[in-house]
Amino acid sequence: MTSIAKPPVRHPSSRTNGLGLTLRDYEGAMSTLCAGCGHDSVTAAVVQAGWELELEPHRVGKMSGIGCSSKTTAYFMKQSHGFNSVHGRMPSVTSGAAAANRSLTYIGVSGDGDSLSIGLGQMSHAIRRNVNMLYLLENNGVYGLTKGQFSASADVGSKSKKGEANEQTPIDPVLLALTLGATFVARSFSGDKKQLVPIIKAGIAHKGFAIIDIISPCVSFNDHEGSTKSYAFTREHEVEAVHTDFIPLQREITVPETDEEVRTVTLHDGGLVRLRATASDYDPTNRESAYAHVRACQARGEIATGLLFVDENGRDMHDYLRTPATPLVDLPFESLCPGKAALDSLMERYR
Amino acid sequence: MNGVNDFSFKIGTVNGTGSASANGLLMQAIFRMGIPVTGKNIFPSNIQGLPTWYEIRVSKDGYTARPSEVDLVVALNPSTYAKDVATVRPGGFLLYDSSWPLDPDLVREGITIMGIPFGRICVENFQGDRDRTLLRNIVYAGSLAALLNIDMDVVSGMLSEKYGKKPKLLESNHKAIQLGYEYAKANFQCPLPFHLEKMDATSDSILIDGNTACALGAVFAGATVGAWYPITPATALMEQFKAFCEKYRVDKATGEHKYAILQAEDELAAAGIIIGAGWAGARAFTNTSGPGISLMQEFIGLAYYTDIPAVFFDIQRCGPATGMPTRTQQADLMSLAYASHGDTKHLVLFPANPGEAFELAVQSFDLAERFQTPVFVATDLDIGMNDWMVKRLSWDDSYRPDRGKVLHKEDLDKIQKFSRYLDVDGDGIAARTLPGVGGKGAYFVRGSGHDKHAAYTEDSDAYQELVDRLKRKFEYAATVMPKPVFTLQPGAEVGLVTIGGCDAAVREAADRLRDQGVTVDVMRIRAFPFGSEVREFFDAHDRNFVIEQNRDAQLRALLAVELGIPRDSMTSILDYGGMPLTAKVVVDGVLRHLAKVPA
Repeated sequence: MTSIAKPPVRHPSSRTNGLGLTLRDYEGAMSTLCAGCGHDSVTAAVVQAGWELELEPHRVGKMSGIGCSSKTTAYFMKQSHGFNSVHGRMPSVTSGAAAANRSLTYIGVSGDGDSLSIGLGQMSHAIRRNVNMLYLLENNGVYGLTKGQFSASADVGSKSKKGEANEQTPIDPVLLALTLGATFVARSFSGDKKQLVPIIKAGIAHKGFAIIDIISPCVSFNDHEGSTKSYAFTREHEVEAVHTDFIPLQREITVPETDEEVRTVTLHDGGLVRLRATASDYDPTNRESAYAHVRACQARGEIATGLLFVDENGRDMHDYLRTPATPLVDLPFESLCPGKAALDSLMERYR
Repeated sequence: MNGVNDFSFKIGTVNGTGSASANGLLMQAIFRMGIPVTGKNIFPSNIQGLPTWYEIRVSKDGYTARPSEVDLVVALNPSTYAKDVATVRPGGFLLYDSSWPLDPDLVREGITIMGIPFGRICVENFQGDRDRTLLRNIVYAGSLAALLNIDMDVVSGMLSEKYGKKPKLLESNHKAIQLGYEYAKANFQCPLPFHLEKMDATSDSILIDGNTACALGAVFAGATVGAWYPITPATALMEQFKAFCEKYRVDKATGEHKYAILQAEDELAAAGIIIGAGWAGARAFTNTSGPGISLMQEFIGLAYYTDIPAVFFDIQRCGPATGMPTRTQQADLMSLAYASHGDTKHLVLFPANPGEAFELAVQSFDLAERFQTPVFVATDLDIGMNDWMVKRLSWDDSYRPDRGKVLHKEDLDKIQKFSRYLDVDGDGIAARTLPGVGGKGAYFVRGSGHDKHAAYTEDSDAYQELVDRLKRKFEYAATVMPKPVFTLQPGAEVGLVTIGGCDAAVREAADRLRDQGVTVDVMRIRAFPFGSEVREFFDAHDRNFVIEQNRDAQLRALLAVELGIPRDSMTSILDYGGMPLTAKVVVDGVLRHLAKVPA
């Protein structure tokens, strides 16, 4: 992955967050993606979310596989540790890293090829394991790095740049995640930063696997007429089911006056997610109705967005593993090795 | 063979009928009589209904290889009668179940045929099909105790240990063993000419399998993350690791687990998990067999190219493809040494038995972290799943893990700039940081081309500088890997070179050859890459044999490629049918090639 370092220039008037860091401190190397790529907007939203959440950059693990989307971990939080692994296998690497050191914040970035074809099994099992991580699926329906083949998320009838129409049914990561038992399922649009930033923040604060399917148009290979993952199509067909505000614990909570029905979900760290359903009967804490809503939107040719489902009571990987709050990497050797006396006594069992 | 405390016997049964516990009982009883003993379980890839054999070798001299001939066969599986009767040595004995008329398949001249109605005894004495089937095994164990002079007090004591808390089971087992014992005593000249007499040669030893020993090594080395996908013959390694962790690593007050075991969706994920954990700073391992190693190739190359420690236990089985999953082989040597695409070379350890497997398992974690690279511990089904008599495992409490070059926050504070892949010491090993340490120590792991600063590159010189450093690291590793084990004799002009589980058979063969006037030196290689002493051994002998368990002479190929020894100067003795090696195969092979075929 190509990357060009940005000069470390800081404007004197740049605002700082509680850690004294500016937005620039959450940026990474210069992007080498195509101008106008949706992925760069997602990167900008991650930068914004990290700054607003006051994440310590060096306590973040940036995880990715292979593809245009996976390159973007180099473009944010340059002081974070990054791991650009192999195609479709970021979930397993993150599972291992999280098992070893649970004290870091893991942000995984993947794409529709990386997640829904070669990595479908790994993504599914990371959901099942409920690894505590944010999983951004930058979804453009197309293989960009290899120049324009359909991906598994391409809609039936969606046309390639050459005019060829896709005939195979798409895999919808939102429906899949809901089916697999994911505890945080959202969809957004790279062009809608206002919606995306709070969802990313909520996803980071969520305990367990938080997946955000982000429609992120490919300007080079899938932004033409006839594509269902273009800017124009998405803008026209996006239906925000739930408007999301995220209020971190450390901030003063000021609830805006509103007549609309607002649901508040408390995250494990005490932060709050406020969900305002645009349709009065939508319940984002009910997996069945979330599923039905996404399907109904699909039938109408619409794309349901927002934080579609959240369950803050799910058990995550460390609950299953019964691991201590202290990361395994920080346990002293003396507490891991049973020692000579134990081995000597154990030997009697093999007599 | 075939004297007091020097013989072997084989029991042929149907798997899933409970014979394994009776066979284990016999072996352990002999061990507790102080007599060196080895057991080889020859079992099918099946849960119930297919032929299975258990071979027990008794050797007062301490030979532990699979026996070259069998003195007594207990034939209890009609579907293999013909095959089983053929394996009795001339003058040997056959014991069959005479509840039914003698099968024509079992008739053979030159051997003694004995019948005991095991089935009928069970029908007459026990109720229900299940008990009758299971206890038939204990009845034959009782008969063998009489025929071979196994100490009945030892056997009774073991039954009490096993069934002490289940009085009904204890009673029926005692009854069964007694019935078998008394029938044999009453009907045959007991004991047989070859039999057991108490010794005191096992008090410093244990009976243990290699998977258990490797699991213990991982526990004692402080491994905290294990990831795996179940596969024969490697499965028990992680199950034992779990059992030991439950015993030693669960906080009694809180119930918290100081370990994480992830049963992954496949071997690819298992590899990814341990590489992620290794990157994060944990000692992590996976256990697998050849098919799993095939699936892990891409990840192995990633870890190699990005300097990430990880330990892989490969319990080799017969390949290729699914092959024969319950048969042993050493056919993954090449695929481990050069696993993955591109220029890759790996550190591989080859224990010869469970005792050494424990030691090398511990070392594998030190090597992985010291060299920041994948390390393979290659055992095989025979080492992994069979009970071997080895010295009691021992531990030195002064051991501390070698974590390699890791820069902590205070180290980073002292330096201007951290460059992840900069070879400061000239040994090819660059210092690493662990994620979370702080801004100056942050770097980007990438499987794509990177330079010594861990930055992306497509520059030829920067790329070559990095892969040349990896080569330097590998060459340095060759100087510190475990040395071969030499068994030398004065005046030997012939060298036998071998690896892993062939050890016992080759050393026994060296003794047999000496008896026949051929003096040989033995070098057992314990690691890849090879040290200079390996080459020196070849140079010091006029004639060298390379003995291994695969078709394509993979060890010989590695020796030729890595050390430049002319391939045809090394004579291969290959045994790859899936059974543990016997001394006879080695002796016959050497003599044939030396043109001294015995009359």
